[in-house]
Amino acid sequence: MNDALLRELVPAVIGVLVRRGADFASAEDAVQEALVRALAAWPDAPPRDPKGWLVTAAWHRFVDDARSQSARRVREEVVHAEPAPGPVPDADDTLALYFLCAHPALSAQAAVALTLRAVGGLTTAQIASAYLVPEPTMAQRISRAKRRLAGESLDQPGDLATVLRVLYLVFNEGYGGDVDLAVEAIRITRQLAALTDEPEVAGLLALMLLHHARRASRTAPDGRLVPLDRQDRTRWDTRLIAEGVAILQAALARDRLGEYQAQAAIAALHADARSAAETDWVQIVEWYDELVRLTDSPIVRLNRAVAVGEADGPQAGLALLADLDPDLPRFAAVAAHLRERAGELERAAQLYADAARAAASAAERDHLIREAARVRQVLRRPSAGDPA
Amino acid sequence: MKYLLLKHYRGGPTPTVDFPPMDRWRPEEVDAHIQFMRDFAVGLRESGEYVDGQALAPDGAFVRFDGEGRPPVVDGPFAETKDLIAGWMIIDVESWDRAVELAGRLSAAPGPGGEPIYEWLEVRPFLKKTPPLGE
Repeated sequence: MNDALLRELVPAVIGVLVRRGADFASAEDAVQEALVRALAAWPDAPPRDPKGWLVTAAWHRFVDDARSQSARRVREEVVHAEPAPGPVPDADDTLALYFLCAHPALSAQAAVALTLRAVGGLTTAQIASAYLVPEPTMAQRISRAKRRLAGESLDQPGDLATVLRVLYLVFNEGYGGDVDLAVEAIRITRQLAALTDEPEVAGLLALMLLHHARRASRTAPDGRLVPLDRQDRTRWDTRLIAEGVAILQAALARDRLGEYQAQAAIAALHADARSAAETDWVQIVEWYDELVRLTDSPIVRLNRAVAVGEADGPQAGLALLADLDPDLPRFAAVAAHLRERAGELERAAQLYADAARAAASAAERDHLIREAARVRQVLRRPSAGDPA
Repeated sequence: MKYLLLKHYRGGPTPTVDFPPMDRWRPEEVDAHIQFMRDFAVGLRESGEYVDGQALAPDGAFVRFDGEGRPPVVDGPFAETKDLIAGWMIIDVESWDRAVELAGRLSAAPGPGGEPIYEWLEVRPFLKKTPPLGE
């Protein structure tokens, strides 16, 4: 049994403990303890019934904790309530766990940590390493989140939008430490998609798969970012693309469009183009129109300006920038790209340099400095600006 | 012993060589510089001396308390004249001499024309924990 299969058991085991009368916070702690023990013990002695092993280990842990807190009443209740390993909790229990961990009362940071642990089955150490914080800090973040949720029960209706937002954030965090958060986000979203047929869940899963398919081509061996139009498309994962497209098509057929489906549709159109030049920018602009309608987000408008610049020419894209706030993240980078396409190289080089100063990551900063240097190199050539 | 190698956007002693900003270098010069920095960090990992390295954005501000019930005073974005830290590397090495040797090597990162940039780096020892036998 590999670690991924073990992790998938975690939400169901928490569900069993809660059904037997444990409160969510204690059940989650007990299952985490059992998980850490399982990770240490199973490679040498894998149990025949992994889930039964986890339930038993977690339940004993829970009872021990309850006893050691000398909560006599609780102990009597839970011991009395202990049934034979009763019916397997149904899908609704696990779905309820997603809702609770992404509860709107939690900050995004707390919801992410709790979701990765209780739904994703990651250990505190793994989550801490992925987010580059000390393990005690992450442990504290998770217990505070659970305290915040005291009094919330698993049978309250939840908000799917916050769940999707949390999974989107996890995916976007990407690779760090010894845990690949993009892979974990895909795994957890797959589990969610198996529990609900909401088209937006499928849309988010498709979006993740279509982006993940391009990952190998997004960074060069020396660590530099490779923009979409310069990626080696033969390195895209066609199996993931096919899966993403199929999931997206089934979702779109339900005729309940949402922002994740629209974003996935844009990713699918990129994936569909054999070369950057063959990209169907007109259709991409149409999907951006939908996204603007759905979200009214200035970031979406900024990205739409790029697409319009490709579909209708750089001047059309630049005209759209006039209505946007220059302080938006990546505004200077988009303006630089459009100016360069419009042939205003001096202006473009300066904007790339400005964009590098405003970059949010070192890789992006280095990329933008390289873009500025590349454009200035063209400007230095004797033929620069010469129409012949 | 742990040392902090501080890189400054501005401040510190007068630059030995006055280079144009990096976005005005040739693309291959930019590549060589970034590759040098990567290789330097990889070398420290391999020698078991690397602890941490982070880059800082140039924006930010000075902030201080301004009395109970009042919002903090924010002075910034930073004025052009102020010292400005660009990033750091933390190394764990045998001696001060080794820290100086490494900082000297890092300061030789290539710039325009492949020439070393002779950048000033600030080297600062960490205060240690009091050892159990040192009371």
